[in-house]
Amino acid sequence: MKVARISDDAQALACGADAVAAAFEEVGCTVERVSSWGMHWLEPLIEIDGNGFGPASPEDVASILNGTSTLAIGSVAEHPFIARQQRLTFARGGKTRPLSLEDYAATGGWVGLHRARSMQSAEVVAEVLASGLRGRGGAGFPAGIKWKTVAEAAGLTKYIVCNADEGDSGTFADRMLMEGDPFRLLEGMAIAGYAVGAREGYIYVRSEYPHAIAKLNAAVAIAGSNLAPFHIEVRVGAGAYVCGEETSLLNSIEGKRGEVRAKPPLPALEGLFGCPTVVNNVLTLAAIPHILTPGGASLYDSLGLDRSKGTMPIQLAGNIKHGGLYETAFGITLNELIYDIGGGTASGRPVKAVQVGGPLGAYIPPGQFDLPFDYEGYTVADALIGHGGITVFDDTADMGAMARFAFEFCAAESCGKCTPCRLGSTRGVELIDRIRSGEKAEADCVEALPQMHNARKAGRSREDELELLEDLCETMQFGSLCALGGFTPYPVRSALKHWPEDFSS
Amino acid sequence: MSFPQNHSGLKAIVDRHARKKGPLLPILRDVQEEFECVSPDAEAVIAQALNLSRAEVHGVVSFYHDLSPTPDLRPCVELCRAEACKARGVEALLPAAQAVAGDRVNLKSVYCLGLCATGPNARTGDALHSRLDEESLVKLVLSI
Repeated sequence: MKVARISDDAQALACGADAVAAAFEEVGCTVERVSSWGMHWLEPLIEIDGNGFGPASPEDVASILNGTSTLAIGSVAEHPFIARQQRLTFARGGKTRPLSLEDYAATGGWVGLHRARSMQSAEVVAEVLASGLRGRGGAGFPAGIKWKTVAEAAGLTKYIVCNADEGDSGTFADRMLMEGDPFRLLEGMAIAGYAVGAREGYIYVRSEYPHAIAKLNAAVAIAGSNLAPFHIEVRVGAGAYVCGEETSLLNSIEGKRGEVRAKPPLPALEGLFGCPTVVNNVLTLAAIPHILTPGGASLYDSLGLDRSKGTMPIQLAGNIKHGGLYETAFGITLNELIYDIGGGTASGRPVKAVQVGGPLGAYIPPGQFDLPFDYEGYTVADALIGHGGITVFDDTADMGAMARFAFEFCAAESCGKCTPCRLGSTRGVELIDRIRSGEKAEADCVEALPQMHNARKAGRSREDELELLEDLCETMQFGSLCALGGFTPYPVRSALKHWPEDFSS
Repeated sequence: MSFPQNHSGLKAIVDRHARKKGPLLPILRDVQEEFECVSPDAEAVIAQALNLSRAEVHGVVSFYHDLSPTPDLRPCVELCRAEACKARGVEALLPAAQAVAGDRVNLKSVYCLGLCATGPNARTGDALHSRLDEESLVKLVLSI
């Protein structure tokens, strides 16, 4: 009987994959639950003898099996969405059973770890440096330099911490990796442990990812002997977005409020429990096993653009026709991503804006869609690539409301430690409400006090309010302790700059 | 003084995690899951067991969205209202969902479930729901 391969990724489950799998089993098929190919608009995607069908429902089983299904997409591996990608981190996507050690070893698993352990630890660090790998969490700090700092730091106890608190809207690559190829992440952490001299690692996962947590716990139990002497523990967050910030994450693991720490000291020198700690994102650590294979580092370094080396798993999300995971070398433009690959909006309406890099990323108008995807290029354009999430909005989007939401989100998630973020976010919501309602602001009771010499006693015009907003954004950007307060001005300023009409009453 | 949270159950949770480094958050998560809240009484017991002050434990409980001081026993639908789901029209579904939720169902806003290409999305317990429209969301709220 036929083998139907169906993903057991949370994305597929949310689209009803379990019911489809049960329907295939009912008619006598063998069902293999594999990782996701990342073509989310086709989920649940059924693969039989290499050919795909999707999005399938239990009613489609008969027609898929007798070859009359209109859902057929032909060979999955040759589908243009897959064939055009350059998959290194997601090389196993759609191809292996996530918790099968056999599948993992048969597809090059543990090669990097074994090779690393046969080398001097300093040589491992040197290879990571040579690969040009930069932190995939958003800041883009060279991973090799961080590892070198930890390796050379004094102290007997060191830690590897994997930041899997993927809270940004429009991103799901960490989740897919943890659910689809968890051993790769564990292998990357074990290599990092060997390279810097750490024996313990923690994975801090957000609580919104129950399926990823279950997979990781199972993977740690299954692969314990492959990782030994390195030991990994999975820790679950408790719904705080700010814990995706590395120092706040460390506090959270320690059992404290998830408040951001001032830097210095860097976590590389004084991190978890005061010990030297490597804090890397899931995608950074998952890129390591490939880099440590023979020739992996030089291949990685040969890809990409300028100082952005290697591949980036880009996530196409929001109002996009063909959304999903697209891993490719740096340098690709938004035009290619949104139109050629993504097929435009799901609603069929014109694209108004895309937000790159999650809730703290800038909104980019169609006029700038020729911008090549790389860290420095985006910085120059007052934007950031963050974790590589691209959220598409059609022309019904109200950018004034999105700017307000950026402040609202910051106010809800601020850890409260620094003033610009704690107070500025709430003042920002009020300010945008005033600007959008067009009501003229009178001097408030504090401004009217005689001792407030510098406060304006007359009401503020719209121009004055906009100036105040700019002032607030600048204070938050340069005065906040971490990226939450520091980057909230990006969506606000970009929305105001490109769509000022959305801020009128 | 009443102890709404079962002491032996609490102690078992504390014992289960006591040997971990930084055991507080795993303990609080398990207490929240088992008792639907972390009550002030539970905070006191945990504080004593870990040699922390009650203020330290309370500070942590009050910081995290997943932890609450009082139980909400209503069925809960967590609806994602982050950017990607907004771009796919979640805000337009809200009035109808709120109308059927009323006071019976806790219709809670969350920010990102990681299914951003097929929103609007919701979560009930560990079950995920994607590609929601008004009809399916109303049906989901009514079904729990």
